[in-house]
Amino acid sequence: MNRRHETMCAYLLLAGCLLAVGTAFGQTAPATDTAITHAKIFTLAGLPIEDGTVVIHDGRIAAVGANVSIPAGAKVIDAKGLQVYPGLFDPITQMGLREIGAVIATVDTTETGTFNPDLVAATAILPSSAHIPVTRAAGITEVLAVPSSGGMDTSLGANIIGGQASAIHLAGWTATEMLIRKNAAMVVDWPAIETQSFDFATFSRKEKPFTDAKKEYDKAVDQLANYIEESRHYAQVAETKGAVYDRDVKLEAMIPVVRGELPVLIFADKARDIRNAVEFCEKQKLKMILAGGGEAWKVKDLLRSKNVPVILRPTLDYPLEEDDAYDRLMTQPAELLAAGVKIAFGSFDNSSARRLGQQAANAVSHGLAYDDGLKAVTLYPAQILGLDGELGTVETGKTANLIVTNGDPLELTTEVRYLFIKGQLTSTDNKHKDLYEKYLNRPPVAK
Amino acid sequence: MNRRRMMVSITAVALLFSMIVLAGMAREKEAKPNAAPVEPSALLIRNATILTVTHGTLERGDILIKDGKIAAVGSALKAPADVQVVDASGQFVMPGIIDCHSHIAIDGDVNEGSVAVSSMVNIADVLNPDDPAIYRDLAGGVTAANVLHGSANPIGGQTIVIKLRWGQPASKLPFEGALPGIKFALGENPKHSNFRGLGLPERYPATRMGVEETIRGAFTEARDYKKNWDDYNKRLAAGEKNLIPPRRDLKLDPLVEVLEGKRYVHAHCYREDEILMLLRVAKEFGFRVQTLQHVLEGYKVADEIAAAGTGASTFSDWWAYKVEAYDAIPYNAALMTRRGVVVSVNSDDAAEATHLNQEAAKSMRYGGLTHDEALKMVTINPAIQLGIEKRVGSIEVGKDADLVIYNHDPMSAYAVVQKTLIDGRVYFDREKDLAGRAALEQERKDLLEKAKKNAEKKAEEKKAEEKKSGEKKPEEKKPEEKAKPPQGQVVLGGAR
Repeated sequence: MNRRHETMCAYLLLAGCLLAVGTAFGQTAPATDTAITHAKIFTLAGLPIEDGTVVIHDGRIAAVGANVSIPAGAKVIDAKGLQVYPGLFDPITQMGLREIGAVIATVDTTETGTFNPDLVAATAILPSSAHIPVTRAAGITEVLAVPSSGGMDTSLGANIIGGQASAIHLAGWTATEMLIRKNAAMVVDWPAIETQSFDFATFSRKEKPFTDAKKEYDKAVDQLANYIEESRHYAQVAETKGAVYDRDVKLEAMIPVVRGELPVLIFADKARDIRNAVEFCEKQKLKMILAGGGEAWKVKDLLRSKNVPVILRPTLDYPLEEDDAYDRLMTQPAELLAAGVKIAFGSFDNSSARRLGQQAANAVSHGLAYDDGLKAVTLYPAQILGLDGELGTVETGKTANLIVTNGDPLELTTEVRYLFIKGQLTSTDNKHKDLYEKYLNRPPVAK
Repeated sequence: MNRRRMMVSITAVALLFSMIVLAGMAREKEAKPNAAPVEPSALLIRNATILTVTHGTLERGDILIKDGKIAAVGSALKAPADVQVVDASGQFVMPGIIDCHSHIAIDGDVNEGSVAVSSMVNIADVLNPDDPAIYRDLAGGVTAANVLHGSANPIGGQTIVIKLRWGQPASKLPFEGALPGIKFALGENPKHSNFRGLGLPERYPATRMGVEETIRGAFTEARDYKKNWDDYNKRLAAGEKNLIPPRRDLKLDPLVEVLEGKRYVHAHCYREDEILMLLRVAKEFGFRVQTLQHVLEGYKVADEIAAAGTGASTFSDWWAYKVEAYDAIPYNAALMTRRGVVVSVNSDDAAEATHLNQEAAKSMRYGGLTHDEALKMVTINPAIQLGIEKRVGSIEVGKDADLVIYNHDPMSAYAVVQKTLIDGRVYFDREKDLAGRAALEQERKDLLEKAKKNAEKKAEEKKAEEKKSGEKKPEEKKPEEKAKPPQGQVVLGGAR
């Protein structure tokens, strides 16, 4: 074995070790039905049920209620003093696509090139990512894995169409097993008017005249419009019987978009950009979901009238403008909902996914009804992504993604006692807990 | 900090139009500075749940404040004449939050990254009292902050502890009597691991070995330099004449202060090995590392940290943004606490600072700290770490009246700050903030209108002039507005 090989092996070994720590997957085989009994059940489809039972059969919720009979042979979990909720849903993450932000080798969120509609997140999701069990321990049972959606991975250039986001369960031995919906949304990074950039060579900010930045912006939007037009023509040709044409995998991926079947998940924060994006989508007849929405409150009426839902950036971020009220991002969820805009909260960063409940709680303390706060991390993201038939509430027939907690899942100190994904009791052990236990037991160092 | 946020903050000042507005507002500010609150002669907070931190919790308690200090704590205190009363029934009072790692109130960049040892520069020289982050962090209950240089160098710039006295000039920000500090940094940032290929010029060190050598080298120099001065002073004191003093070295002066225990070392670090490395070097040169900052693997070597008498100031739950943060765990603060380390939870980020109470509370879930232990991590513990525990960090008679009033238990995600006091003055008042918003909005509209009119007027004048001169002049270059630094860290910044 030559030296190079040795180094290589060492790296592989290291990588193996890094990953192995996070592989505590631990779903137990669903031998029988499961019944969670004596719990307070927050179904989010009506009033909470005191001393209720949830029966899980074949991965689904078979029965919910106060007077539900427990099937013979069912595994019974006595949840007296505990509470049942639908598992939380984080609609903006890079789950499985980004392991360590600064290490490009572990980052698969952002491809080169401007238009990559045929790329699909599910293709590159690492099921043994340490992020998955860590996130699960916070009560999150499903997420949207979103390409081109955050982090410092801009080195490869700016995407406009970054690829397709995939909705996944946070459990499964393979990405295929984890899938909820492979093609859940087309990710569009709305171009921004950027007059400033950071120059590492001089370690200073560089300025660009507004007119130049605006020109670049207009050009990028034109490019996108042309791309949509091209896609529409391609779709028309593809639908025409007997038409002879050169196949184009990228444009083919755009067909459900231009047909309005696959929503576009557009990242934009400034009111001006949101307005432009909404108008663009209306003109192009695209089904839009807004992600970010830092200034969504400024265009709430437009969003309502065009029926555009918003996945909101973390409420704990600073507001966009210096003269915004200090609590602007915490008050806007209530304001948007009151205006009739559908909202959900997203972590926007899988390293922070476990803050999802906290994000919602900080909106609840600033005017959002508690019920809406809960729904904005469960039912509402499911509705926005068209997955509410399967997920988001504790109702008969739905996929049994449930959490059993010792309290309010939005509160900082609440623990998840049991977690079910697709009806299977799933471990909440994770890399962080493992390290905690390891070093908790480090023998004291002699002084 | 994610890319989007970075871009957002960069584009925040994008519109030329809004730049004009900002400039206009800056001028307005000069004419009408943010009025700092006046100090009431006496103030009485009534009927609150008082979290004293050092003496348990007092239900339905009162706090009397006189001349900016806590004069009495108890039940049904007698109200002196002319006292201003704050009814805090159903509310919680705790000591003001102390953020042991902040980069707010700094004018411009936080890194002098061109050299490996930048001890000659001082954050105290560039304090910016107009940074809106001061107000926003006040609204999150922060009353004092350890304002640090960035982490670009093994030995970075000098640092300063401030009180968040919003509305006061820069000269009133420093925490009187607090020992100054100096920033050290170990690991990926000073060795530029994550910034290569981005056009950053090559600079020594590029390894953790080089980081150690840089620190060792600088202190070796500092030790000699100190000896030269000591010798000189001794001979001078002995009455020797015609002595030539050693040449002054602004880089080494602060390091001598470290050796003399007159300046605290706040060291950014992540990995267990580099933590032990620094503790060894410090021991060798006879100084103490006051705090380890971030110290995300501190839980692995907690006994060693405790034995060195070094404090640890960490994040609640950030992880995996780089390799040295891949073993970061939310149990870190609790594990170190259990091993006897004085632990604080810090922000390193202006927005994160607005909810440090919540971040501290997470250690109740991760590692089972008690309510009071968690509370200490943003009050008395950072005070101890900054050597200001005799002044702040708990609610005790004689201490500065730096207090926060919440509507709920501050260890809950639902608690909202109602008032923040520094030296007995109400620097943040949620009611007043809410009441003042309409007026601010109007002022903003008026300024926009004014700017628009001015722009139109200028355009007309220009047209008229062009007509007059009869020929079209080449377009004049607009004087470039000096851009305000984007809020929060940009890149590197305080880079975690």
